[in-house]
Amino acid sequence: MAETTTDTLHIHIKPTGGWRGIDFVEVWKYRELLYFLSWRDIKVRYKQTVIGVAWAIIQPLFTMVVFTLFFGKLAKMPSDGIPYPIFSYAALVPWSFFASGLSDASSSLVSNANLIKKIYFPRILIPLSAILSKGIDFMLAFLVLLVMMFCYGIVPTAAVIWLPLLCLLVVITSLGVGLWFTAMNAQFRDVQYAIPFFIQVWMFATPIAYPSSLLKEPWRTLYGINPMVGVVEGFRWALLGINTPPGPIIFISALAAFIILISGALYFRRMEKTFADVI
Amino acid sequence: MSNIAIKVENISKQYRIGTLKARYSTFRDTLSDAFKTPFRKAAELLRGQAYAASGLTKTKWALKNLSLEVRHGEAVGIIGHNGAGKTTLLKILSRITEPTTGFGDIYGRVGSLLEVGTGFHPELTGRDNIYLNGAILGMKRLEITRKFDEIVDFAGVEEFIDTPVKFYSSGMHMRLAFAVAAHLETEILLVDEVLAVGDVAFQKKCLNKMSSVTHQGRTVLLVSHNMEAIMGLCSRAIWLHQGEKEDEGPSQQIVKRYLSSYVERGVWQVPIAERTDRVGAGSIRFTGFRLQDKDGNPIDCIVAGETVDFVFSYVCKDETVGNVTVWFWIRDDLGRDLLCLWSRKTGQDFEKLPKKGELICRIPRFPLRPNKYIIDLKADVNNVHGDRLPDAALFEVVAGDFYGTGRSVSDLGIFLCDHSWRYSENSSSPNKENK
Repeated sequence: MAETTTDTLHIHIKPTGGWRGIDFVEVWKYRELLYFLSWRDIKVRYKQTVIGVAWAIIQPLFTMVVFTLFFGKLAKMPSDGIPYPIFSYAALVPWSFFASGLSDASSSLVSNANLIKKIYFPRILIPLSAILSKGIDFMLAFLVLLVMMFCYGIVPTAAVIWLPLLCLLVVITSLGVGLWFTAMNAQFRDVQYAIPFFIQVWMFATPIAYPSSLLKEPWRTLYGINPMVGVVEGFRWALLGINTPPGPIIFISALAAFIILISGALYFRRMEKTFADVI
Repeated sequence: MSNIAIKVENISKQYRIGTLKARYSTFRDTLSDAFKTPFRKAAELLRGQAYAASGLTKTKWALKNLSLEVRHGEAVGIIGHNGAGKTTLLKILSRITEPTTGFGDIYGRVGSLLEVGTGFHPELTGRDNIYLNGAILGMKRLEITRKFDEIVDFAGVEEFIDTPVKFYSSGMHMRLAFAVAAHLETEILLVDEVLAVGDVAFQKKCLNKMSSVTHQGRTVLLVSHNMEAIMGLCSRAIWLHQGEKEDEGPSQQIVKRYLSSYVERGVWQVPIAERTDRVGAGSIRFTGFRLQDKDGNPIDCIVAGETVDFVFSYVCKDETVGNVTVWFWIRDDLGRDLLCLWSRKTGQDFEKLPKKGELICRIPRFPLRPNKYIIDLKADVNNVHGDRLPDAALFEVVAGDFYGTGRSVSDLGIFLCDHSWRYSENSSSPNKENK
């Protein structure tokens, strides 16, 4: 019982109201649970499948093949001086992370209803672990991207040092949007039917099959309000060295992502207290 | 810091349980409402007004102005009927849900066991689930690793520890789940009805574990319907009734009061024919119950040791029914099943019965000590539930001259049975007399 006596806790229980921010100290205290929840999601995801974890690669890879056929070959889409397959795949890697993370996060509270109703922990761990567990899929898809770059003989530019921050940006975006949707989904399941459609529309609103350079300035920079524009163009710029650097787009996107995250967190926290009662 | 572990002041909890139906006067109103509602709800949802958006306007107070105090090292039982607010109280204390009004303070590390096996994933192995479930209950990884062997041993699942739990039998699943929970070593433990798992031997193991927990000087708040467990484990009990505190005091005393009120307020006061809480196809229905002595005279209560007839009147849906089996359980005031009297076991199922009549079960020399007893009544037709009545009736046994010695039977023990005493001079050869 050594560790149980180290800290004497005091918990105060009272009705809360209004808007609250995320309690980071508490989230940090529960970091082991976050780890176990992500670990569970990863371990369980490809259980009872034949090809298992290969699904993580197949999805973006086949989408790339389809895009290359229809947009690259048939529609002769410009691709910023990069071979179209790798141009689209470099965008599909972060996009797949975003799309699957968002869709899992949105349904995460409902699918973990038994936990919510029976035990206390910071509720944000649930959507957060759903997103973090997608990190493995992302890494596998990213390895394939490296292989493709090698085959095409593409060497990353110096801008590659920004890549970790771009990865953070996609996590922030997924979490921000995910918090909004999962909190709403707890109340009304309409959300889970709307999500696939929403993600599809968002995909076409993001320069994955086409370059953002199709837009004239200042519209191209303004386009960064969609945070995924900054992510996707950032990935291409950092890894492939496109001839139209995104520049300020990324700043606009980062700003937009932070606004979404902060508002999502506030909204989630406001709805949080009713989760156990309404799910 | 004082000696208080849990202190709750004036806590109330209101649940939204349904929608009050609005009346529409015109078709136009209905139509415009159907169109407007989604927009109104979406707006409320986006403003974060979950309750307004849910449209649940009908409310129910699960707890009303409840105050209580638990000192460190104390084991307190919470008792009450279903819906009395017991689980709601534990949910508020474990911070799963918030009170509507009032506040509380808890001093110390809290572990809550509202269910065993929360978060168990069928695809994961026993080993993985121990870690996952442990983490969910609030244990540190090191702590789980240290207790791992003990947990596996307690559950008795060594062989299958690397098998996904979906291949476990329900008993193994339950044992593993309880084993993890039992090793949660927090200063304060909130436990909800988790003792009622597994077979009798395992339940006993669980009770022993719980009693060692209470003897370690940890604070326990236990919700249970098992009155023996409450009396055995808790020094103090709190009785909740419809969200309010009905009584509080030493557990023996409170359980006794609770049970006698249970007997008084029970559903058996409703005549059997008027009961609506029955289960079954209705091919046969019980309409009445009475007791009579061996000569057929109705009696109010049973004299211990006398012959008694349990008479159940019935009606059938059809003109005749075939293949009827009928049985009833006799339960005591602590909720323990004592006797099952079943026509199938005596080889006396009814092959054919007319539309209505009476089924009579005779018990010679009634063998239970003076007390109040409750019966659960059941009948099946062609192996399909015909009629099932839990808590069908209450009857009382009064002291009688069971042994024909002019001495009244005592309150000791539960059962009475014929027996005799004799003397033998040589204790080393007990069978001497038989030779």
